[in-house]
Amino acid sequence: MATKTQFDGVLTCPAPLPAGERVLLGHGSGGKLSAQLIDRVFLPAFGNPTLDQLNDQAVFSINGMCMAMTTDSFVVKPLFFPGGDIGALAVHGTVNDLAMGGAQPLYMSVAFILEEGLPLDQLQHIVDSMQQAAKSAGVQIVTGDTKVVEQGKGDGLFINTTGIGLVPTGWRLSSDQARPGDKIILSGSLGDHGIAILARREGLEFETTIQSDSAPLHELVARILATEAEIRCMRDPTRGGLSSSLNEIGARSRVGMIIEEEQIPVREEVRGACELLGLDPLYVANEGKMIAIVEPSSADRVVEAMRSHEYGREARVIGTATDKHPGTVIMRTSFGTTRIVDMLAGDQLPRIC
Amino acid sequence: MKYIDEFRDPKIAHRLVQEIARSVTRDWTMMEICGGQTHTLVRYGFEEMLPKQVHLVHGPGCPVCVTPLEVVDKAIALAARPDVIFVSYGDMLRVPGSKKDLFHVKAEGGDVRIVYSPMEALKLARANPEKKIIFFGIGFETTAPPHAMAVLSAHREGLTNLYMLASHVLVPPAIRTLLESPHNRVQAFIAPGHVCTVVGFDQYESLARDYKVPIVVAGFEPLDLLEAIHMLVTQLEAGKYEVGNQYARSVTRYGNIPAQRAVEEIFEVCDRKWRGIGSIPMSGMRINAKYAAYDAERVFGIEDTTVEEPKECIAAEVLMGLKKPLDCPEFGARCKPESPLGAPMVSPEGACSAYYQYKRHLAPVGGH
Repeated sequence: MATKTQFDGVLTCPAPLPAGERVLLGHGSGGKLSAQLIDRVFLPAFGNPTLDQLNDQAVFSINGMCMAMTTDSFVVKPLFFPGGDIGALAVHGTVNDLAMGGAQPLYMSVAFILEEGLPLDQLQHIVDSMQQAAKSAGVQIVTGDTKVVEQGKGDGLFINTTGIGLVPTGWRLSSDQARPGDKIILSGSLGDHGIAILARREGLEFETTIQSDSAPLHELVARILATEAEIRCMRDPTRGGLSSSLNEIGARSRVGMIIEEEQIPVREEVRGACELLGLDPLYVANEGKMIAIVEPSSADRVVEAMRSHEYGREARVIGTATDKHPGTVIMRTSFGTTRIVDMLAGDQLPRIC
Repeated sequence: MKYIDEFRDPKIAHRLVQEIARSVTRDWTMMEICGGQTHTLVRYGFEEMLPKQVHLVHGPGCPVCVTPLEVVDKAIALAARPDVIFVSYGDMLRVPGSKKDLFHVKAEGGDVRIVYSPMEALKLARANPEKKIIFFGIGFETTAPPHAMAVLSAHREGLTNLYMLASHVLVPPAIRTLLESPHNRVQAFIAPGHVCTVVGFDQYESLARDYKVPIVVAGFEPLDLLEAIHMLVTQLEAGKYEVGNQYARSVTRYGNIPAQRAVEEIFEVCDRKWRGIGSIPMSGMRINAKYAAYDAERVFGIEDTTVEEPKECIAAEVLMGLKKPLDCPEFGARCKPESPLGAPMVSPEGACSAYYQYKRHLAPVGGH
């Protein structure tokens, strides 16, 4: 049974939420506030050895078969954006959470919360794109639910998807497995999804349209696993971006991380938008990227396998885990100096000047 | 990226650092005023690069940080009103007042919106005639012109439901206060490039002359700041005290005259309290009597209150350049960005927050 021990202040003792507090938008940001909500409200109530792993998917055995299960809700606004829509995203998000646990995604449920007045042709479009995404991911949507709320009580529609998959024998990937010396591999450029959404929402126009990277990563993962390299854990850096994923792995594995600024790919137009909006791409959401923490001698093989797939063409080693500064992620800047890459409290906020 | 990468070139940066090292013969303490510059210095790790003789201290130039608690409390009271849509720049929402922040008001049902430009407040005023739209107008001389334009546009259009809670601050009076202090140890200033884009730098010439301190107006990219530091070291070593303009691609001596006219039309200079420092005479701007109908403080008649700052916070010494964030025993212990004790930890651009975000791994072992 997994027991949580507390070392060096990496994990701090959860204090109950002050009375009279309310849910803030920041509680859904994937940053420190989200973690607090989990530690103080959800874990004390639901805690069990499987949940306590706090991975993006639960992995458990039934009659000797190793299964993975995950759930995710999608509340993105706008519903349609360059490079995708909420439907495809809802399939990819769940497929990817299963894939990051090493699972082959098999079945999925879909629950719709529809707002009164949503044009049916929009719903049809979203459903078609879900079906297409599910088909290309080899997943069947086998059960579902529909609820309708009054106008003004939902942003058009919200979608929840739950997925289950099979984990091949012998694999155990978890965010508490990273060890000093391990290599950190990133599959491609950061920030495409978050900036595509923000640019559309804020009406920003650039010379080229920034496309969301929304994509299913299970095939990319299959290629990584086929190398039989020693993989410690995998993550798709969605909400909270690369920074949240690395900080979480660092804290759970009690290792520090050093990443190299010059190795982290960010598209020119995404950098431009981030400069304009005062955002840091390390904190911006991705929907078709992954990181893998691997045993050092396996790194080259894994990078090569990733590059052989269209969603991993830009894969590279971006850093190393270390026994120094456990729980802290440090970036070596292009100037040769160092800075912390912290986990944000809530969402990134645009600055005044 | 064009116009960005040129100013972040590591090779040129190292050459500039070498030139600074060649020029410097003794210890010098210099201060940058603007929070945006603090952010760059800390983020790029200048302290790790520069010769030990160059001491950088960080001034009071984060408008979010220095907005007094009382004003934040007023914003919170206004935002909670059911007839109001409260409009603000994003980073003001997380600034705690004496009890809560604007995010909490939003969670309790207040209509609080984040905008990038005050012109969006005008759009909201047009679209919601039954609501009162209150824009939280804070910032230095940089944000004053767009805020003035928003009021002027509303006036021309005859919009009667747009108001501003204005709490602007001015840089030169703050520099003067620092220099007047008997404890002052700042020997040179990096002046804020965007403020000077608006107001020019002729006001800084009298500061340099009166207090015999060199001042260089600088941009916000790493090479801008390294060049400014080099210009200051050169002046300091030669015993000169002039105003240099490193940011000539944006700043002229007299600044942007039409922008200044708009500001003069709407605002008047007043005394202003700075969070962490206290009241500084003639260091702020408020809406003048002619445009009183747009002034949220006058229209909504919110009472002035006085709120005490936590005693253990050393914000005043940090903002005056007497101490550095890592000198504070509460840094990273009781004082963190999610629970700030004082001004410089409040916004990401505050000096303490910038150190917490990027540099706390350099804090003394055992502390923090």
